[in-house]
Amino acid sequence: MSMILDGSNGVTFNDASLQGAAASPYVLKNRIINGAMVIDQRNAGASVTASTTGAYALDRWYLEEATDGAATVQQVSDGPTGFTNSLKVTVTSTDTSIGASQYFEVDQNIEGFNTADLSFGTASASTITISFWVKSSLTGTFGGSIRNSAANRSYPFSYTISSANTWEQKTVTITGDTSGTWIGATNGIGLRLTFALAAGSSLSGTVNTWAGANLLAPTGSTNLMGTASATWQVTGVQLEVGSTATPFERRMYTNEFQLCQRYFQTISNGPTGSGSTTQFTFGTLFPVVMRTAPSGIVTAAMRISDITTSSFIQSSGSIISNLVTAEGGSFHLPNFTGMTANRPALVARDGTGVIQLSAEL
Amino acid sequence: MITYKLNKSIDGTVISVNSSDGWSIPLDPNNKDYQAYLKWLEEGNIPEQAD
Repeated sequence: MSMILDGSNGVTFNDASLQGAAASPYVLKNRIINGAMVIDQRNAGASVTASTTGAYALDRWYLEEATDGAATVQQVSDGPTGFTNSLKVTVTSTDTSIGASQYFEVDQNIEGFNTADLSFGTASASTITISFWVKSSLTGTFGGSIRNSAANRSYPFSYTISSANTWEQKTVTITGDTSGTWIGATNGIGLRLTFALAAGSSLSGTVNTWAGANLLAPTGSTNLMGTASATWQVTGVQLEVGSTATPFERRMYTNEFQLCQRYFQTISNGPTGSGSTTQFTFGTLFPVVMRTAPSGIVTAAMRISDITTSSFIQSSGSIISNLVTAEGGSFHLPNFTGMTANRPALVARDGTGVIQLSAEL
Repeated sequence: MITYKLNKSIDGTVISVNSSDGWSIPLDPNNKDYQAYLKWLEEGNIPEQAD
């Protein structure tokens, strides 16, 4: 193994990675969750159509599209060496002329508890470095930004894709913001990382400069939506303290999954309860404490099985949150017929719906 | 446009709200969906009462 020690730049290892500061830890350094795009609880690789109302494709990755075109987003089994998955955007309908306030963004909102040490908004603001692998059918200068919770402080950054349909690693270093209001150690949005695939003029600004505005990308960035069937993929996303990109922090699958569960979980088999002839009530503890009391939804009609092995399926899927906290809660499942009141039963999956819980930022 | 319906306990206390797109939302000010509900109320909208 070769290693270069440099009094000015730090330590360069034989894979060309640079450790710029002794204080930069090699574990628990990446503030991005699911940066390798391995967790997709909601869709299991199925595509999601981006829309103005916003949606989550892969865990922790939020997409919002407000152009005259259309695009899908999904987890795919494609990545650079060392990565098995990536997030892929495919343009399904073009918009060659993005309006001033139109946009298409792929975001990860990072919780304040995980960014408070950056000290943004103070004279002690840390420099951060974002690194990621990207592949697109288009070449050119693409854009993104870092924003605060209120989206009134932003730093547009750019990166250049040189070769079409080829994985390239990009690095962006950002001097921390010494102005504005940045949420500290709370469960609110500490920092927004945005990859902008389209951004109108009112959402674009000067590259590599902090601005007191809501900017998604530098002026003149590539409009992915302008080309039919254009694709854009990303993986290996890391946001860390310091001025150099260090190797991607790999976490055990279980650890990454649990990090995702703070924001999204599913319940299928297991929880027990009882109820009336038409409504089943159950309580459960969540396997991971969530960011906040979550919203709940059923993906289809739920199935209940009682101790006599009789099973009942809702006439239509529905759920009512009763007493819900970040740690657990009780829920009602209405729309049953013929159940025996007060008889113990449990939630049973078997091809019907599951309960999804969301505490996203 | 999304609309909302109140859910009440037996004693009449509001325990959550359900949105027309299927989510059941707890009354937690840190919940993103509850924040959207509060904004919807501020715009002058009125939720459907519980059954």
